[in-house]
Amino acid sequence: MKTNDLILQTTTKVVVFIILLFAVYIFFAGHYTPGGGFVGGLLTSGAIVLLLLAFDLKTLQNFLPFNYIYMIAIGLLFSIGTGAGSLLFNVPFLTHAFTHIDLPILGDLSLHTATLFDLGVFLVVVGVTMTIIQTIGGDE
Amino acid sequence: MSLLHLAIISPFLLGILVPILYKLLRRVHAGWFVLPLPIFLFIYFLSYIPITSNQQTVIKSIAWIPTLGIDFTVKVDGLGLLFALLITGIGSLVVLYSIYYLSKDKEQLNTFYVYLLLFMGAMLGVVLSENLIVLYTFWELTSFSSFLLIGYWYDREKSRYGAQKSMLITVFGGLSMLGGIILLYLMTGTFSISEIIQQSNEILTNPLFIPAMLCILLGAFTKSAQFPFHIWLPDAMEAPTPVSAYLHSATMVKAGLYLVARMSPIFAENGLWIWLVAGFGIVTLFWGSFSAVKQTDLKGILAFSTVSQLGMIMSLLGIGGAALHFDSINDSYFSVATVAAVFHLINHATFKGSLFMVAGIVDHETGTRDIRRLGGLMHFMPITFTIAIIGTFSMAGLPPFNGFLSKEMFFTAMVRVLEIDFFNLETWGVLFPIIAWVASIFTFVYSVILVFKTFTGKFQPEKLAKKPHEAPIGMLISPIILASLVIIIGFFPNLLSNTIIAPAVSAIMPNFKVDVHISFWHGFNTELFMTIGVILLGILLYKTFPKWRKVYRLFPEKFSLNRLYNSILADSQRASRTITNRYLTGFSRTYLLYLFAFFIIILATTLFVKDAFIIKTNNVSSIHISEAILALVISIGAISIIFAKSRLTSIILLGAVGYTVSIFFVLFRAPDLALTQLVIETISVALFLLCFYHLPKLKKREERMRFRITNAVISVGVGAIVTMIALSAHSNKLFDSIAQYYVDNTFEKAAGKNMVNVILVDFRGFDTMFEITVLAIAALGIFGMIKLRLEGGKKNENQ
Repeated sequence: MKTNDLILQTTTKVVVFIILLFAVYIFFAGHYTPGGGFVGGLLTSGAIVLLLLAFDLKTLQNFLPFNYIYMIAIGLLFSIGTGAGSLLFNVPFLTHAFTHIDLPILGDLSLHTATLFDLGVFLVVVGVTMTIIQTIGGDE
Repeated sequence: MSLLHLAIISPFLLGILVPILYKLLRRVHAGWFVLPLPIFLFIYFLSYIPITSNQQTVIKSIAWIPTLGIDFTVKVDGLGLLFALLITGIGSLVVLYSIYYLSKDKEQLNTFYVYLLLFMGAMLGVVLSENLIVLYTFWELTSFSSFLLIGYWYDREKSRYGAQKSMLITVFGGLSMLGGIILLYLMTGTFSISEIIQQSNEILTNPLFIPAMLCILLGAFTKSAQFPFHIWLPDAMEAPTPVSAYLHSATMVKAGLYLVARMSPIFAENGLWIWLVAGFGIVTLFWGSFSAVKQTDLKGILAFSTVSQLGMIMSLLGIGGAALHFDSINDSYFSVATVAAVFHLINHATFKGSLFMVAGIVDHETGTRDIRRLGGLMHFMPITFTIAIIGTFSMAGLPPFNGFLSKEMFFTAMVRVLEIDFFNLETWGVLFPIIAWVASIFTFVYSVILVFKTFTGKFQPEKLAKKPHEAPIGMLISPIILASLVIIIGFFPNLLSNTIIAPAVSAIMPNFKVDVHISFWHGFNTELFMTIGVILLGILLYKTFPKWRKVYRLFPEKFSLNRLYNSILADSQRASRTITNRYLTGFSRTYLLYLFAFFIIILATTLFVKDAFIIKTNNVSSIHISEAILALVISIGAISIIFAKSRLTSIILLGAVGYTVSIFFVLFRAPDLALTQLVIETISVALFLLCFYHLPKLKKREERMRFRITNAVISVGVGAIVTMIALSAHSNKLFDSIAQYYVDNTFEKAAGKNMVNVILVDFRGFDTMFEITVLAIAALGIFGMIKLRLEGGKKNENQ
């Protein structure tokens, strides 16, 4: 079935970047305002799903040539690695640390190991959602 | 962690390295990486001999699960040390032998040596553990590694059959042993062997005493291939010959003997123990030697011979237990049985190990192990022949080899049974020396068959796959060392008596002062005449073997134990398939039905029994008009889903319900939840659309009344239960809310301002970690299910 989806495709090209940018913002903002790795990951996958709907699976794979299963594994490694890292400092598993540094232009910047953990969550969520959708969608 | 712990763990550690070394250095035979470890461990354990021969023990402990009384406690005493030396000593020789036996070009050597190291570590753990749970863990690991090694050539059906059989039988025994260990714990409150021994007098009258004994004996009998559980051992001969020599004759099958010896101080006060251990042992001795005579496979003969010799040691351990019933006057009178057991254990490892290696050499150099095709190999393999002569004569109990000495002591012990006057042994005890003597005749016969049918007689080159020649020297070193040990121990038995045997015996019988002295010549006594009788009758039976061979046909194949095992296996598989097919319909809706029905029943029962369903309205806020409208929208949406005619409509309606819920979250000032709910709803609608695209159209069959009523009951049930629980949870606050803690500490401890996110990544980060792991598993599951199905389908198309 050949459909005319020119409007959808054109809008998608713009909107996807807005969603992705928003996702990144949500991800980093999570510690202070609503958001976080989980929502950020879901938003990102939402953007990718939009691409999938507007174009097709093949185009999408050319555009974002990720192996999402590896992405799941890397995400899990990030989360578990952050947890295990605290063992090196002789504190219980998953103890987070944070610090503040002053950068010339950006000003006060707070750094958390929790962000690394959340990055793992982010990657796993994107990986899982996309694996499921690609597998089921790619099944003829 | 002490050096002793490290010694036990080192094989596992090396096991991790071997595959890497194997990949990196393909030109070197992987066995060379393994060989130094058992040699080193052997030397290390030798250094304990001065300690144990002074009747002292070494105990090292590290806490493992202290709350359950399970510590990784390692104890070196005479008995443990004897086994540790056997494991590492024979282990070194077997590894050396395997380097020449297994070709590095044809075999998967990395897996072979990993399994072998796994076994070595596990076996060391069994014999050195002081804690019964740790012992049990290692015990099962030996069964497991034995399974892997028997099935090493997994493309052969017989290997797989043998591996499965050994696994089923030994793990069955292992589990029952675990039951016995737990019963012991119930009686004594400890898993430590030495602490249980201290309490052995108090538990003697406990009603759990006999069940515990039976369970533990079942474990020992299955492992040590005692009648009627011996059937797995001949099938285990499908393993490569180095494995047979190591696991299935020298070490693993002796784990059962070890356990019986270890447990003797606890149980041997009871007459039933003596009857069972000695009785099963002597029956196994006879049945094994009797069955060995009819075998035509070299390794088959050796397998049944091992069964028989294990029975012999088992019966000696049983009789040795009788010594516990006498006061110290007659100590050495009955403890000779225990001394003989320990002594024969060592001797058996030497001569049987060398014989297995000889069988391997014959197989390797001629291409067959069938004695009907072999013959006259003496001229081609003079060295192998010499080793075989030494091994078999020792096995048959002929002087001047070590087997003669232990066989004499065995006869002494059996004759002395006649003088035991309790546990009804005075009436039936006379059977012991008789059966022992008859079994020894058969032992003589199969020993003679083994060596003379192979090496003398007519050479039949046309029946052999290869032209026979002497084995390479590397393959001969190990059996030569073992055969020289046979001779050295034969001439100087007292080299071992105070260094190894006496400490081991005193570990089995802790309260005895044991004086071990083994002498070659006892004068013309009963035992010597018994041996002479064995030799004369044995030669006679060997010469007339074709005439009385028919005896074996008296036992029809139909009633054999193997047939019984096979039919039990087939029947249980069939029964479980029938039962499983009854509830596994292949429809996921049926499984959902089970899940939800279970959910309803369990929760409704709990609510009812605990009287937990409460509704309180005193802390409820008033309902705003906007909330009422939202609730109405949700209800209408949910009800319309039921009446939707197409799947597309239901998905959209479900999405509408989800979005409305997220507006609720906004009203209740939960932006995080609202955001997540919105995105989740979007993505799941897309996902549903993708999935439903593949589903067939709604069919008539789903319109059936019964189907609809079941669905209605289940869905109403689930809805009602969830509502009731939600209401009760709100009305029934059993604990103070933890919310205030998070409010106070979110910024203080985690430097965050978004409480929800801080809980997710920090306070309850562990939950999150496992949740994403579950997500990952689910994704991989879906991926596997769909992709594997596709590949399977493709294969079918090709056919």
